[in-house]
Amino acid sequence: MAILDDPFDAGRSVGPACVCGQRHSAADHDRTMLQLRCEPDESEEKRYEGVVASAVMRAVFPQDAARRAFLKSVGASAALAALSQFFPLKTATEAFADAATPEKKDLKVGFIPITCATPIIMGAPLGFYAKQGLNVEVVKTAGWAVIRDKTINKEYDASHMLAPMPIAISLGLGAQPIPFAVPAIENINGQGITLAIKHKDRRDPRDWKGMKFAIPFDYSMHNYLLRYYLAEHGLDPDTDVQLRAVPPPEMVANLRADNIDGFLAPDNICQRAIYDGVGFLHILSKEIWDGHPCCSFAASREFIATAPNSFAALTRAIVDATAYASKAENRKQIAEAIAPANYINAPVTVLEQVLTGTYADGLGGIKTDPKRVDFDPFPWQSFAVWMLTQMKRWGQIKGDVDYKAIAEQVYLATDTNKLMQDMGLTPPATAYKSFSVMGKPFDPDKPEGYLAGFKIRKAS
Amino acid sequence: MSSSLRLRAAVVSIALFVTFLAIWHLATRGAAPATNMSPEYAKLMGATATAGKSAMPGPLDVGAKLWEHLRRPFYDNGPNDKGLGIQLGYSIARVGLGYLLAVIIAIPLGFLVGMSPLVSRALDPFIQILKPISPLAWMPLALYTIKDSSLSAIFVIFICSVWPMLINTAFGVASVRKEWINVARTLEVGTFRRAFTVILPAAAPTILTGMRISIGIAWLVIVAAEMLVGGTGIGYFVWNEWNNLSITNVIIAIVLIGLVGMLLDQVLARVTRLVTFPE
Repeated sequence: MAILDDPFDAGRSVGPACVCGQRHSAADHDRTMLQLRCEPDESEEKRYEGVVASAVMRAVFPQDAARRAFLKSVGASAALAALSQFFPLKTATEAFADAATPEKKDLKVGFIPITCATPIIMGAPLGFYAKQGLNVEVVKTAGWAVIRDKTINKEYDASHMLAPMPIAISLGLGAQPIPFAVPAIENINGQGITLAIKHKDRRDPRDWKGMKFAIPFDYSMHNYLLRYYLAEHGLDPDTDVQLRAVPPPEMVANLRADNIDGFLAPDNICQRAIYDGVGFLHILSKEIWDGHPCCSFAASREFIATAPNSFAALTRAIVDATAYASKAENRKQIAEAIAPANYINAPVTVLEQVLTGTYADGLGGIKTDPKRVDFDPFPWQSFAVWMLTQMKRWGQIKGDVDYKAIAEQVYLATDTNKLMQDMGLTPPATAYKSFSVMGKPFDPDKPEGYLAGFKIRKAS
Repeated sequence: MSSSLRLRAAVVSIALFVTFLAIWHLATRGAAPATNMSPEYAKLMGATATAGKSAMPGPLDVGAKLWEHLRRPFYDNGPNDKGLGIQLGYSIARVGLGYLLAVIIAIPLGFLVGMSPLVSRALDPFIQILKPISPLAWMPLALYTIKDSSLSAIFVIFICSVWPMLINTAFGVASVRKEWINVARTLEVGTFRRAFTVILPAAAPTILTGMRISIGIAWLVIVAAEMLVGGTGIGYFVWNEWNNLSITNVIIAIVLIGLVGMLLDQVLARVTRLVTFPE
């Protein structure tokens, strides 16, 4: 899959044909819009070189026809050689990769020790921050409320947050309103519903009345997904079951102590419960909504305004790390890099099972799903709209909601799009896409209609 | 205490300890290993699920791990993984700083309260209300206003150790024997000289008792505070190991917290003995 238009391919147009660069016509592209995923397959230097060469080529031959004729007559490598003779491609590439110098080089980024934070964490041991000229200290933090407060207090320049948190903070839910922004999603999928072993014969959610479930935080995809899942099976999550916000490490201990019946939690926690023999995996969150976002990389608007170059460099590092993590062959190396006590602090085999997708299910079987957790940085604004519909559905926000305005203010799709293009990646052309959750289609243009379609919701 | 009594007490102590270890060891021996598990599946599972190992570590596990920590107490693997020595150092430094601040404020204020019945009456309602507040209840407020988590932790230490010192100082100063003050007055000793040469030595044992209570509370609170704010310190270590469900390391931390708390207490006990006088 080529993410980059090769300007030395005579058969190709260097102009923007398909927004994704994977298919040749825009029509083709639209048809497969839903599976649209861009994965880089070249090193960063290579990509930058390509971007620069492509720009030069375009400048030398403004007409496509002339360029094609030239390439056909001399061949690509000769053309590249000829071009580099009178244009210092190498220097230009270096200058391009250098970008603007960051205002602040020593940065602190907070994270919660779960595999959702993989790109943020691995950026340190695998050198993704250093490559952008940053000296980033990734700091482990005790919980979501603490990471929120520390980021608001500017102890952290940016941090790992649950995808709905920046929206909640910007709206002033559970905190004073401070404008936050999300330049990149960390991971998609990668969560699961884990139940205590004693429920291994109670797999139908309709029988779950009266059970106690743990979720990591009120403003989390976990909360919305679990509520959605229960409601689709006819249970009212507010009255038929008990939902408790419990810090992830305590979930396993609580499950062992029989204080809860199960949880929808981030991974390595689900796998950890299996590893310790106290629970089994009921379903992966992927089975509720394949490709759902989970955690995000967030920073305050103030930081973005005061240190735009640092912020851009950070985002580049995260996008780069995310792209690296999206490839299956790198996952084992990543698991080893993030397992030590300095980072996630968990057994390597647990992380490996989560990241490679070959895992024990807790009931004696081994399952394989390479997309159990996946990484895709693009901050789709339609994700934000969906979260807002659920916030309204469960009474976290009341009254009229300007879905798109909030989504566009918090999820920086346009900026990330430009940045990804500069990096030689090809982001999607729009910031909205439709998707379906448990078979129910979601159209980001009609959030109110979507919301009205739910029978079970908190009475407002 | 006669030496034979001391010896007998030591023997009983050791016997109690050994019995405790033996019961602990027997209680955590674990069940039989699981038999009906395929080897590939077993490879993906932890020892508690495959070998029937108890989730609670036995004394041998804890001993081995403790030895590992003691061999390299000062390693530094980055911001989130430091040796136990360094973590304890951070905690002691935080306690020291907050405690020192409390001493600087509580003792002069206590003197004032003890010497002047007017100030004593005026401040009494405030002290009575502020004293019973759990120090950790101040934490969200501190985080919100100070906007710095390590300063907030120091503030919490300060606020929890200031009250026992203040009250004990005030009490000690107020209950200096009237005769001594009257003697000083007849000798026309000035206020400051009277405070430093008569009242301070007389009230010193009570003041130090207050300081001893305070250091104990401060050490109790720092662990909880560090578990909340994270970053560094022995409280963070407990939280980080709890995160990995490593009960072994949590037990080690508990033992060390106890030892350091005892040491701090003993230091102040020594100082108290130095200033105590026979009447």
